[in-house]
Amino acid sequence: MDVEILARIQFALTISFHYIYPPLSIGIGFMLVMFEGLYIKTGKKVYESLTRFWIKIFALVFAIGVATGIIMEFEFGTNWASYSRYVGDVFGSPLAAEGLFAFALESAFLGVLLFGWNKVKPWVHLLSAIGVFLGSMFSAIWIVIANSWQQTPAGYHIVGKGMNARAEITDFWAMVFNPSSVDRVLHVWLGALLAGAFIVLSVHGYYIYKNRYTDMSKRAFKIALVAATVFSLLQFYIGQRSAEGVAKDQPAKLAAYEGHFAAYAPADMYIVGHVDKKNEKTTGLKIPGGLSYLIDFDFHSPVKGLKSFPLKDRPSQVNAVFQFYHIMIIIGVFLILLTLFSCFLWWRGKLFSKKWLLVVFIFATLLPQITNQVGWFAAEMGRQPWVVYGLLRTSDAFSKSVTANQLLFSLIMFTAVYILLFVIFIYLLNKKIMHGPVEDNNDNFLENKNSNIIINQ
Amino acid sequence: MDIFLGLDFQTWWFLVVGFLFIVYAILDGFDFGAGAWHLFLDEGKERRIALNAIGPVWDGNEVWLVIGGGSLFAGFPVVYATLLSSMYIPFILFFVFIIFRAVSIEFRGKEKMIWWAKTWDISYSISSIMLAFLLGVVLGNVLQGIPVGENFMYQGKGFFEFLNIYPLLVGACTLLLFMTHGAIYLILKTEGNLYNKLTVFVNRSVILFIVVFGITTIYTVIFIPRLIERFIANPVLFIIPFFVFLCIVNIPRLTGKKKYLSAFLFSSLTICLLLVIAGINFYPTLLLSSIDDKYNLSVYNAASSLKTLKIMLTMVAIGSPLVIAYTIFVYHTFRGKVKIEETSY
Repeated sequence: MDVEILARIQFALTISFHYIYPPLSIGIGFMLVMFEGLYIKTGKKVYESLTRFWIKIFALVFAIGVATGIIMEFEFGTNWASYSRYVGDVFGSPLAAEGLFAFALESAFLGVLLFGWNKVKPWVHLLSAIGVFLGSMFSAIWIVIANSWQQTPAGYHIVGKGMNARAEITDFWAMVFNPSSVDRVLHVWLGALLAGAFIVLSVHGYYIYKNRYTDMSKRAFKIALVAATVFSLLQFYIGQRSAEGVAKDQPAKLAAYEGHFAAYAPADMYIVGHVDKKNEKTTGLKIPGGLSYLIDFDFHSPVKGLKSFPLKDRPSQVNAVFQFYHIMIIIGVFLILLTLFSCFLWWRGKLFSKKWLLVVFIFATLLPQITNQVGWFAAEMGRQPWVVYGLLRTSDAFSKSVTANQLLFSLIMFTAVYILLFVIFIYLLNKKIMHGPVEDNNDNFLENKNSNIIINQ
Repeated sequence: MDIFLGLDFQTWWFLVVGFLFIVYAILDGFDFGAGAWHLFLDEGKERRIALNAIGPVWDGNEVWLVIGGGSLFAGFPVVYATLLSSMYIPFILFFVFIIFRAVSIEFRGKEKMIWWAKTWDISYSISSIMLAFLLGVVLGNVLQGIPVGENFMYQGKGFFEFLNIYPLLVGACTLLLFMTHGAIYLILKTEGNLYNKLTVFVNRSVILFIVVFGITTIYTVIFIPRLIERFIANPVLFIIPFFVFLCIVNIPRLTGKKKYLSAFLFSSLTICLLLVIAGINFYPTLLLSSIDDKYNLSVYNAASSLKTLKIMLTMVAIGSPLVIAYTIFVYHTFRGKVKIEETSY
């Protein structure tokens, strides 16, 4: 295999695996702030137990997130040296800013969050939780800014020729607020917050299903349900704004999202479908003119299709991009329906009476994870063949001095290590959940049968 | 004007990146060093205490690597790209060991089985040793020059080109220095039997370090004379190596007197000054080509635009006081000897 494809596979592997964890850190971090805030405000033991329990899960998630994240900052250099030389003047500063303004905040207060219960006052501990949460949110800002610059480059000019040509910054704030960055940061934030709300719903839904820690779990479930409902509705709005942005700034990508080939014609919006790239035809269940309406609020307005771009400027994996994009939307809509339906039941006082709904929630924690992954796959594969849209091709970006053998070695190693890590992660996560929120050596008031009887009455 | 307080911006950025990597070496140096001793400690309580001594801080220490890496990328992208892609295998191994080390710390206490803790102890300690060693290996390669030719192409042949005598020596030096530094840190955080044990360890590692460092220095003088050219040209600079010598011999003197806080300051100072010596030798060069001097990368031909350097300096001016404040807050919160509690590893 050639170096370019190996480098792409390795980047995809390392970033996808890494991206299981940061959204959970952000999302669980938010839930932790909620739980600990309630504990400080009400002084109720139940919120303390919740906070301590979720801190343990957070620690596990965070450790793997950091461990797999450090390589990401350096992989641009190891595997994408030509890219790094070409764009470092513009692209390096958001990465450095992430370290300075986000990761430092997050990591410093993490120590206090994990080990500080008996060392600092409760409000300092809450501030540490907020510090860690804000740090992770800031991290997302700078990383998504860097990536958005690859999607919609702004605030730079090209200096030099041939091997010495490179992008140099002209306007830092234009780079930061490039056309897609605000919508994409919000989109990523909400995706992450949903991942956190849904893992809380899943774990506490499971406890309610099993009649364990029922009082605590019902409280946690309701808090997370409110969060999940708000975030999934907001995500619908932001997602739609994001798509409008793609229509304006990356028309070839949008055309691939919907498998729209005709050079200049009203475009349909598919619910499910299949793209036949060879015959340049898309079939499936669709809303005729839907894409036109999304962009222009007019079912008949023409949209630039893939055929209006030369073959070498089109994404090559149109069907994959189409499918990833649609899986994201289907799941997004499903999450809205699920949370709204649950809120309706809650209003009718029947939220916990339907066992099947709890089962749905137990498994629904996978859905935000899947949407986060496929959403990024659609965004990144849809950007191809460009590594910086319209400016630098992926085929010109990889490290020329790294050999296929070296890459094969690192790729096999990462694959093995990540499979091992993932298996252990799932095992330990499951163990923590089965074990439950109450410590062996702690006052186990909730596991005490008497208190359980009181709660269930 | 492109001059700020008497220095040009490229030089300022050289100082910033140098500062960040020095802080990183001092901070992660002690926790790699502490990890390197792990298997020498008794299974059970001693290892738990040693882990908890670095528990609240190792993650914060690695932040400096991320900031340093980001700063190198932003300010000297050509060096960042060329160094990382040329030293592909050592860097990839470094990051894999970073992963193993972090997860070992987290996983170790999660199961009661003896083999479980043992496995992660081994993984943790070997990762720590390899991380210290690999940092030295990369430094050794940078010091003796990397075969970088036209168009920044790495001309090295073979998978293990990065492993020859000099990098191995510098790797061993780095490991032993970090082990000394880490043992002193652990001494500061422990008491009782463990403390006594470590006081013996530190004396052994510092003597080994002095021996290996001596050999490395002789090798440098004989085989890589260009690394001392600048000192011979300006003999007054010899005051720095002389001062390093004083720092190093001061470490066993202070540990003998049980003045461990001072010993820690001097082991930190040793790390700092050794890197300063390397910096003085190299400046303005950042990456030396062993093929031809015309392929050297310097702070001038490898830097970002002045505009980026100015933006980055502003960022560092705003950000570094914050980072230093968090760091002090964390070290202050977890000051004193380690006690095992319910939230411990």
